[in-house]
Amino acid sequence: MAATISKTRQRDKLTSIFIILPSIILVGIFIYGFIGTTIYTSLTDWGKSAGLALNPVKHFIGLGNYKDLFTGFIHSRFRQDVTNTIFYSLFLLAGTLALGLFLAILLDRAVKYEGLFRTIFLYPMSLSFIVTGTIWRWLLSPNGGINLIPTAFGLPKSNFLWISSRTSILTFNWQNLPTILFIPLGLLTLFLTFRNIRKNKMTRGIVYGIITLLLLLYITVLRNIIPPILPFKEKHGLNLATLGIIMAGIWQYSGYTMALYLAGLRGLSESMKEAARLDGANEFQYYWKIAIPNVKPITLSAVIILAHISLKLFDLIYALAGADNINTGHPAINMYLTTFRANQFASGASMAVILFVLAALFIIPYMIHSHRERKY
Amino acid sequence: MKTQNVKRIIFYIFLVLLIGIYLVPMYMALITSLKEPSKINLLTSWSFPAKLNFGSYSRAFKLLKTDVSNSLILAISATVLSSFIGSINGYVFSKNKFRGSEIVFTLLLFGMFIPYQIILIPLFQVLKSIGLYGSLGGLVVAHVIYGIPIVTLLFRNFYDQIPGSIMESGRLDGAGYFGLYTRLILPLSIPGFVVVGIWQFTQIWNEFLWGITLTKPSANPITVGLSQLAGGQAVSWNIPMAGAFLAALPVLLIYIFLGKYFIKGLLSGSVKE
Repeated sequence: MAATISKTRQRDKLTSIFIILPSIILVGIFIYGFIGTTIYTSLTDWGKSAGLALNPVKHFIGLGNYKDLFTGFIHSRFRQDVTNTIFYSLFLLAGTLALGLFLAILLDRAVKYEGLFRTIFLYPMSLSFIVTGTIWRWLLSPNGGINLIPTAFGLPKSNFLWISSRTSILTFNWQNLPTILFIPLGLLTLFLTFRNIRKNKMTRGIVYGIITLLLLLYITVLRNIIPPILPFKEKHGLNLATLGIIMAGIWQYSGYTMALYLAGLRGLSESMKEAARLDGANEFQYYWKIAIPNVKPITLSAVIILAHISLKLFDLIYALAGADNINTGHPAINMYLTTFRANQFASGASMAVILFVLAALFIIPYMIHSHRERKY
Repeated sequence: MKTQNVKRIIFYIFLVLLIGIYLVPMYMALITSLKEPSKINLLTSWSFPAKLNFGSYSRAFKLLKTDVSNSLILAISATVLSSFIGSINGYVFSKNKFRGSEIVFTLLLFGMFIPYQIILIPLFQVLKSIGLYGSLGGLVVAHVIYGIPIVTLLFRNFYDQIPGSIMESGRLDGAGYFGLYTRLILPLSIPGFVVVGIWQFTQIWNEFLWGITLTKPSANPITVGLSQLAGGQAVSWNIPMAGAFLAALPVLLIYIFLGKYFIKGLLSGSVKE
């Protein structure tokens, strides 16, 4: 009897593997294999001559394409694209999380016709970025749409050039980008150092402490010793032309974070709410002290998904501002132009790899985290 | 009591104002698409048309006819194919776990989160070498393959809710591996198929990057058609706005009438049920 059961088990296991084998092979080739191919392509000079030829000439050139992107004179546009991506991601995240949480709290209080309100806040999410971009392009035209809103209050119309503004604020020298990024990062690791030590997690505390010290070393000493990567000062900053795209993005995705948070808030038990009320907490205190900390896992998923979407803004920017608009650029757009218009496959591949690495910074820790959670 | 009521009324006025803001883009698209081309100017862009003109819709539809039918064929065929793949994969990962299945599942899921630029160049090359570049077939292949992670995840989560005791009693009745699937699991899967079908259909209908890089004009999906309608210095905005409405219509209808299932798909990747 026992032998038959284990035999059936064995056979079922083989059947299972046989069923998912096609998926494994396809994903293995089309995702993992292709990622490898693209990384290899980024290390060649494919596209320098006759990129579209059937048997294109490729030579291995190492990290040359990456060096060009970060220091080459002609790739100044790419460096502004990377800067834009940082701002796109930060604003899109902050805007959708804050607005989504706000809407969720509004609807979390026995609202009449809640379904209707929810539907309207969420409907932009069902649209494609191309539809959103087409409509917002009309809304953001310099002499109409949003710029006319002040006239409804008797004020003169606004003259803001939403997608064609050339103004850039918060400018910094490209050379200083690591320093600018390392300061907040260093503060974060410093905070984590102390928190872990206080919680008696010594190893973690020490690791974070070492990272903090290394960052501090760079900021104070190393950056003055390492020779500059660019022989000239190159200014990059927050292009005001990106604000319209950020606005459209927030319009489209705040309903999504609302739905996430609403599901989370509803998941908190009624007794939790009741206990808070008995303790004399008012509504604000309940949300700030109890509800928001309790929906932290949702914030985490939302951050991952939105960070990932902001790396995919390609469609929205393409439809709203056009691929050739230099002020609203994004590495994904640049990759498309470089690869499919200029046939510079290797250079395009290196941009794709940079996008991928940026995404992987968020995704891989998240995947490991959720894998562990599934296994309990 | 009275202040409570006043507070409540202010609260609702505020909510209504908020939904007004969310509806503005749709309102603008709608009124602009209904105006006569000669009546469209920037200064009156907010005002309702004096006379309704539905001509823009028939003109936009004529321009987008091939793209709409391409997208319908593409979305329906790829959705059907990937739903079945998802169902059988989900059955394995939920009800027939084996040593190492969790790690395989995690490795599959990774494909859901990558920016597709990273696979675009080899995909373009491979489709070109097997003769599918430029055609609708190539897009179907791409959507089915890159849909595997999400459909597997959605079905696995769905099957996780089916209690194991049902499987046990099925086994006692002598049902084998596939018998359990066809006689027990599949009949219970209809809501799962609805969620996955809606999710895949809207995703594929809305997709743009592959449409613009992997198809020739005769096989362009609706998103590409719309972007060309609106691209360049379009003088009369009624046509792109009508086109935007046409492109949005199928997904909006799905969202309005089957919203419950749409939201399920939306949340299932991120909220544990």
